[in-house]
Amino acid sequence: MRWIWIDKFLEFNSGKNAVALKNVTLAEEHLHDHFPGFEIMPECLMIEAMAQTAGILVGEARDFQEKVILAKIKKAAFYQYVRPGDTITLHADIESITSEAASTTGKILRGEQIVAEISLMFSHIDNNLAGKKFPEENFVFTDMFNSLLTDFAGKKGSEKIK
Amino acid sequence: MAMSREEIFEEVKEVLIDALGLDDDEVTEEATLMGDLGAESIDFLDIVFRLEKSFGIKIPREELFPADSLLSNPEFVSNGKLTDKGLKEFMAKMPHSDFSSFQEDPDVNKLPDMFTVRSVVNFVDIKLNNAE
Repeated sequence: MRWIWIDKFLEFNSGKNAVALKNVTLAEEHLHDHFPGFEIMPECLMIEAMAQTAGILVGEARDFQEKVILAKIKKAAFYQYVRPGDTITLHADIESITSEAASTTGKILRGEQIVAEISLMFSHIDNNLAGKKFPEENFVFTDMFNSLLTDFAGKKGSEKIK
Repeated sequence: MAMSREEIFEEVKEVLIDALGLDDDEVTEEATLMGDLGAESIDFLDIVFRLEKSFGIKIPREELFPADSLLSNPEFVSNGKLTDKGLKEFMAKMPHSDFSSFQEDPDVNKLPDMFTVRSVVNFVDIKLNNAE
């Protein structure tokens, strides 16, 4: 099982930018402990949600041929708490992409309000790490991502993953 | 767009401060990227992306930091040292680095010391001037 931190894409422009949406709910059990009586979405999970939004964007740009791994958090600044009942949108832009890596910039909004700014770097691991061998199959982009993309990259997108 | 060496250094300094999370006074021309400034492999890609953006230039990664592919070639490396051929290859590929002290003992473990702040400034300087 993969822990997916976005519910759907609202926009998906191949190789350029994507916007994903997440609804935050008290049904997410971890919120009960973080913190009792004052539930907020953990900031590390906002980074993960952005890594999924931007990572799928980066992966799709190369037809899901690359194994795209989060390699560096260039910036992560948080301005607001995200609470149960909030809907957040994750806006990711590709800044640079090459055969070895990609860098993205991103913002998380609640309505018009900026909640966080998160910039990331991804490594295409087959082309890095001095030729180290990884499994043939793409263990990063599994079927789980299909449903997220069907509306946008369209059927084409889900076929690419397989 | 003519930029002086000082201007290039200041810009490179900003790039390194942002990419590696450094303080102002840590970035000197002599500082080595890995040893002194703590850069890791993914940071080199980050630095390349940031330099491209700051200076509006295109940098194939192998041009600025060519070590990886050359080191896997047995013609260039023998017993942990660069062969004469290897040394020539490195010097030709990295005109922006100063090999004068490295030449005496071309131990591959010392290669990371070739990547100094100065070599990055030199690289950008050569790039900008050739483009003009």
